[in-house]
Parts: sequence; structure tokens; C-alpha cells
Amino acid sequence: MSVQEVLPLGGVATGQSGDFRTDHRLVAEMVKPGSKVLDVGCGEGDLLQLLETRGIDGRGIELSREGVNRCVAKGLAVVQGDADTDLVNYPDDAFDYVILSQTLQATRQPRVVLENLLRIGRRAIVSFPNFGFWKMRLQLLIGGHMPRTENLPATWYDTANIHFCTIKDFVELCDEINVKMERAIALDLYGRPIPLNLPWWVWNMFGEQGVFLLSRGGGK
Amino acid sequence: MGDVKSIPSPAISADERSHEVDHPSSQVAHFGAEQPLRLDCGVDLTPFQIAYQTYGELNADRSNAVLICHALTGDQHVANVHPVTGKPGWWETLVGPGRPIDPKHYFIICSNVIGGCMGSTGPASINPATGKVWGLEFPVITIPDMVRAQAMLIDRLGIDTLFAVVGGSMGGMQVLQWTAAYPARVFSALAIACATRHSAQNIAFHELGRQAVMADPDWHGGGYADQGIHPHRGLAVARMAAHITYLSDAALHRKFGRRMQDRELPTFSFDADFQVESYLRYQGSSFVERFDANSYLYLTRAMDYFDIAADHGGVLAKAFAEIKTRFCVVSFTSDWLFPTSESRALVHALNASSARVSFAEIETDRGHDAFLLDVPEFLDISRAFLQSAGKARGLKDG
Repeated sequence: MSVQEVLPLGGVATGQSGDFRTDHRLVAEMVKPGSKVLDVGCGEGDLLQLLETRGIDGRGIELSREGVNRCVAKGLAVVQGDADTDLVNYPDDAFDYVILSQTLQATRQPRVVLENLLRIGRRAIVSFPNFGFWKMRLQLLIGGHMPRTENLPATWYDTANIHFCTIKDFVELCDEINVKMERAIALDLYGRPIPLNLPWWVWNMFGEQGVFLLSRGGGK
Repeated sequence: MGDVKSIPSPAISADERSHEVDHPSSQVAHFGAEQPLRLDCGVDLTPFQIAYQTYGELNADRSNAVLICHALTGDQHVANVHPVTGKPGWWETLVGPGRPIDPKHYFIICSNVIGGCMGSTGPASINPATGKVWGLEFPVITIPDMVRAQAMLIDRLGIDTLFAVVGGSMGGMQVLQWTAAYPARVFSALAIACATRHSAQNIAFHELGRQAVMADPDWHGGGYADQGIHPHRGLAVARMAAHITYLSDAALHRKFGRRMQDRELPTFSFDADFQVESYLRYQGSSFVERFDANSYLYLTRAMDYFDIAADHGGVLAKAFAEIKTRFCVVSFTSDWLFPTSESRALVHALNASSARVSFAEIETDRGHDAFLLDVPEFLDISRAFLQSAGKARGLKDG
């Protein structure tokens, strides 16, 4: 594993509390107030609204027309677009942070998307469901079928998620394209951060999702 | 086929129409020799006048002014009964009490564009140098010319920064021109069903319309006013062709299908057997009652020439460099005159300029005209966009 540094997060509430999802609050805490943020795949704009309450200048891209229209109706600056095709249109260093929340697995070219995130933003925050999660493993190992969970209920033939990976896979991809991990957090089944003093395989096994704060590596 | 059956003569005489041309029943701003309008073609237009309507009150810090830009054949009567047709304002879905642009909250301004024929100086106006109608002697105007004239009107009204500039189609082009030419004077911009340039297909349709006007023997090389006549047949055909482009196949089919008009069987003639035919003929003939043929030539030309990127070295993003204006761009799925791809190109450029932009495509089968119709999703988005911009501007209840 090549995580250069894994910093603890201060003051992260556990479980589902308040109006916002835990992973959203985790992401929001990683963003410095006053920054400019692009949320790729922003859905109905919940994270952007949370960021706005923290004085963050947020923009969004969303694939679904309904999602975009809901966001615009909330007064958010969101455009309809596709992460796979539209990120190339954004100039270098346009944002302080680019966020890809629970969307990586639905992109056609996760590697290219990741590279674009770190070209457009000085930092990227990526969260995704961990396919190495024990429940997933169990469903494939014992049940012998493609895993389905509460958060990922679609069957294999009608899911938008085409590129699942494990936390371990993602860390290896980051290493390969020379991305520096500033923070890495795994959330358990209840959305609680898993203690950081545990070894990596625990994360990969018990993390239901991973949240990563990334920056450009020192160059290879 | 006799021409009585093809396009009926207008019920309103040329005299009635020409009265609105020089003496509109709305407010008028006159600009004398000391304030010429510098046109892109190199001519200084002077003197000139702009006819406009206002609704609502300007607030104490002059921060709630909304400029509505009208489309090709619109005018300043956006939210009041039209003095010629007696019909309601052309954008009563969006503008008016309880509507997204409510005169209770905003000071709403809508001017007739330069080159128009409802009280702003245009080819149907009297040329003060000759005492005759301008006709084709009128200089060719552009979208930037229209916007320059509007800016002079806004100055005259004592407004520094507009809270919002709103428009669809040609009005949307004016919105974009406003933000490119006067970025600091536009707090928010709502650009609907428009593009940063007129496409070859759209220019082609406009040329069809112009040729229809010019082919009318009553056109007289543009000098019909001297003869006391109006090339109403040519203009009606132009309008019929244009009207088809404003709709969609699905909308036409739903509205008319192949249904016949007041008959069971075809007449085996060129009468309007089909409902869609009589609809178009009606659209054409009612249009010529309120619109001047030469004005139609000038305004379509202005749209044809529009290309914001061309004015910025071919790089669209440069037109919006460092812009602070909050944008909302809206397109409609069935609009084939200004398809979503055109709006998307604009949004990409605005993103590249790091502008604060929202973009929504509204699903509807009603075509380009959807922006004038009661399309709830579009109206909701407009309202929400202006409300959030109003919050950022510190407007009460905006």
C-alpha cells in the first residue's frame, strides 16, 4: 500500500444524524471554507447545499435531467453533463476541489475521470462503494451471484455501476497515476469511520465505502 | 388560384400600423444629436428613439431592475394588452403578478429593439433628413447595436447595474450580448432557447423569409410605404415558414394531425383543406397586421450576423472572461431552431471562464416556442434562479 499519510479527521460525527448524510459531512469537512468546488455527479444537490452552508462556492455537473432541474430550482449552479465526456471542457486549475461522490463506479473510464479531476481541481475528493466489503465478498462467495446491497440495489443487468473496485484497487490506481492521498477514510456499514489504527485489510474488508482526499503527486 | 383565397388582406390598415411606428402608445426615450447611436456598420444613427414599457417600481438602491429582451417579432408589450392586436402580453407566463418576474418585486423594463416597428427607430420610421419612411435607406443593424441602444435607455433611466437580463431566442442573443459587452452591469442573466451564433440552417430559413418578402410585387424594392401599400402576402409567407420552425413535428401532429378544416373530403383544390394549413394562414395574416415587412428583413439580418465568438478572436470563452454574472441557460428538447447542443457550447465556454452557470434542458415536445408557453418546469427554474440571485443581491422576497 502506498498511502503516504493518513490523517485523522477531527470532529466527524458518526452514523446518520442531522439533515445530511455522513459521507457528505465527511466530504464537506475536507473542504476549506471559501474554496471553489465542482461536484461531479451532484445528484439533487444535497452535498452542494451542505457546502453552501459552509460558505463554499459550489458548482455541479449532473447527468440526469431531473437532478439538474431540481438543483437549479434550489438555486444551485448546476449544469447537465456527463463526467466521461464533459470534464475535458474544463480548464486546468479551475477549482480548488473537485468532488466525485459515489459516481466513480458509474463512469466508463474511471482512470481518465480521475486524471481529469486532478487536472481541473488542485485537490480531488472521491468516495465510492467498496466492492471488497465483506458482505459483497460473502454474496459472491457463498451466494454465487453478483452482490446487491441496500445502497446498491440494482441487479447486474440494469445497474449504472459498471466499474466497481475495492479500496485496495483504488489505492493501487492512485499509485499508478501518481496521485497523492492526503486523507483516506473507510466508513462501515453504519456510515461510521473505521478507526485508523487498524490495518489496511480491515478497511478493505469492513469498509462499506471509502472516502479519499487526493492531490497531485510529486511527479514520476 | 386567386390571391383572396391564399392570404387574406390585413384587417388593420398600413396607416394604423404606422401610427405605432412613430407615435407608440408606450413610453418613448428620444436621443438627440448629442447622443448618436454608433452602429456596427459604421453609421451614427441620430436622432433616434426607443419605445419601452415598465412595470413595478425601482427600489431605493436601484438594484431590482430586470430587462426583458424580446424575440424577433416581439415588442415592448411584454405584460400588457397589445395596442394593435388587443391580445395579452407576449410573455404573460413569465412576467406579471404572481409570475416568476413579478412587478411586485422587480422594476421590469422591456424595450422595442432598434430596427423594430413598434415605436423604436427602424426602417418603418420617418427619416428626419428626407421626411420619408426610411425603408432600405435605413442602416443595417446588429444585435450589439440593439444592446447598445438598450444600454443608453438604461442609462437614461438612471440604472447602473441590472439585476437581471432575461430573454429567449433573439432576446437570448441580446442577453448574451449584454453580458459580453457590459459584464459589470448585469448581475444575473437568464438566456433561454438561444445560441451564441446563428447557425447556417437558421440563416437559410431567414433567407427564405426575406426572399418571400422581396418576391412580393407590393414590396417595390422596399419602397412600399411611398405607394401606401404593404407586401402582406410575402411577409405572411415568411411568417408561415418561420412559424413551422418554432414548432415541432410532434406539436403540430398533436394539434392538427391530418385533420381537415370544416369538411369531410378533400376539395381537390389548393384551398386550406387541412387544419394545419388554415392555422398557418391565420398565423401569417395576423402577423402582417402588426409587423412591418422591412423591419422583418432588418431583424432577421441582425440575428444572422450574430456570432459572439467571432467578435473575440473565435474563442467563445474570451467573451466571458472573468465574468461575475450569474447565468442560467435553458434549452428545450424539441427545439430544432436552437437545439440543446448550442446551449451546451455556451455552457462549456462559461465553465471555461469559471462563470457561475446553471444549465437545464427542459423535456417538452412543444418546440422552440416552448419558452413562450406555460411549461411549469421552465417557469419553476426561472423563478428559482431569480430568487437565488435575488438573495445574493440582497433583494427582499425577490
